Amino acid sequence: MSLPALDKYIQAFLQTLLMVGTSAVIALSVGLALAIVLTITASGSLYPHPRFNRGLSIVVNVFRAVPFIILLVALLPVTRFIVGTTLGTWAAVVPLSISLIPFYARIAQVSLREVDPGLIEAARAMGCRRHHIVRHVLIPEALPGLVGGMTVSLIAMINASAMAGAVGAGGLGDLAIRYGYERYETRVMFEVIVILIALVTLIQFAGEGLARRFDHRG
Amino acid sequence: MFASDRGDEPSSTPHIVFERLHKRYDGPQGPIHAVHDVSFAIARGEVFGIIGRSGAGKSTLLRTINALEVPDAGTVTVDDVPVAGLDEAALVRLRRRIGMIFQHFNLLSSKTVNANVALPLRVAGLARPAIDRRVGELLDLVGLSDKASAYPSQLSGGQKQRVGIARALVHQPEILLCDEATSALDPETTQSILALLRDINRRLGLTVVLITHDMAVIREICDRVLVLDQGRRSEMGEVWRIFGDPAAEATRALLRPLLHDLPADLARDLVDDLGGRPGEAILQLRYGGDSSADGVALADLAALHPQARLLHGGLDRIRGHSQGRLLVAIPASALDPVQDRTARVADHIEVLGYVVTGAR
Repeated sequence: MSLPALDKYIQAFLQTLLMVGTSAVIALSVGLALAIVLTITASGSLYPHPRFNRGLSIVVNVFRAVPFIILLVALLPVTRFIVGTTLGTWAAVVPLSISLIPFYARIAQVSLREVDPGLIEAARAMGCRRHHIVRHVLIPEALPGLVGGMTVSLIAMINASAMAGAVGAGGLGDLAIRYGYERYETRVMFEVIVILIALVTLIQFAGEGLARRFDHRG
Repeated sequence: MFASDRGDEPSSTPHIVFERLHKRYDGPQGPIHAVHDVSFAIARGEVFGIIGRSGAGKSTLLRTINALEVPDAGTVTVDDVPVAGLDEAALVRLRRRIGMIFQHFNLLSSKTVNANVALPLRVAGLARPAIDRRVGELLDLVGLSDKASAYPSQLSGGQKQRVGIARALVHQPEILLCDEATSALDPETTQSILALLRDINRRLGLTVVLITHDMAVIREICDRVLVLDQGRRSEMGEVWRIFGDPAAEATRALLRPLLHDLPADLARDLVDDLGGRPGEAILQLRYGGDSSADGVALADLAALHPQARLLHGGLDRIRGHSQGRLLVAIPASALDPVQDRTARVADHIEVLGYVVTGAR
């Protein structure tokens, strides 16, 4: 029984980046869109549709409630339809994205909801149309919180990606489980964890720096 | 009740007209009448104040002008056009003719001063050079040209309100709505903001509608004032008249901090009757601002009695009218003959009571 070669680590690292990166682009953009829709259709907001809002909110909660590992299996038919296969790195992108969309949507919704209603009133008074308010007031004012939420979501995605090993997606988490847990190679697990800590720390710092740059609230 | 109001009819053409306005909110203990059957008109080019305690409905009333609030009944017309029933496009056009400033400034924290003032023009689709020119002019007007690239969090309260004013004026509006615009500012900054508003009113000929709970603000810049009490029109008229002779209890309550009421120590020593002891009568002379004379002649006061003393009081000059109240002490023995003369000295006189000699 031999230790994995260096290229195994590199391959696993790249698989994690690919999985998380692709899922992030999908989950964060769809999640943000969902959060905006949830915010502006709430009663008393810009485009009030309380019944639609409640329905959408329930759908979001359903997806939030299902554990990722179950979602992974339950979504197999969907994954096969979209990617053509249920195995491999790309196959993991589908459940990973779908599980993180509602997660980020809820975080983003909190930031959007906290935008001072006085600012929206001022925008209405100055002759902004509603879509102007979304674009020029709601999103820019919530941006520090939206970016902060992206950081949290990215890190949650790295965690979830470890479970994607179950569909043969590879990645760092999978490496740690196969060598470290199943073959009792504790060193491999330890090394993978160090890499993950470095990755998470990097994302956290970058995210905080970015959020600070957008934050002019003083 | 309309007939009893003074200075009720606007002096020139009405700009904004409110007719039988009602607005209800559903509160936990049943409906709350924020505005109840309020009718009045605001003239073009005047500075009009709406005053009342918090919860009197002034904020709701102000917001019906640019349809941020929609009344349950009654109409608001701006230049004879009813505000209710405008579609979004027409409403946007109306709002571009009505600037608004706020108690908490409501500037976008994510945008620079320049971008905040430019936003109303950007969303109106103006070209970049035109926007830059107009924003530059306005920052000049409010004296903040050097802060164009600062963020609101780097400004003081007074500077933030100046940015708010620049933003409100960027579309060259005909009406400026001020929602407690100085309530979050210290007294000195309040004075400078009020001076700026007065200056804008004179130079640009804007109709200014402001709401406040502070009578000093009304005295400082308003031509006419409407007093609201629990959503109802309490009284209305020219500011100097309301100050000189407030008719409603709500007005008197709001005026109290500014009135020269009887000082507590004097009130303690005051008796209704001297009972034969030697003492002084305390007279209150009130000036409503009606008299043709400008100010109060010192000679008239001196003529009251050789030993008359001015104890307390003051006069305010509001739009050229002197009004206020003075407390004067004269020997009680001289009271009767004095009363003939005081008729010339003040608009109203009243004997508040007597102070026994040596009591103080």
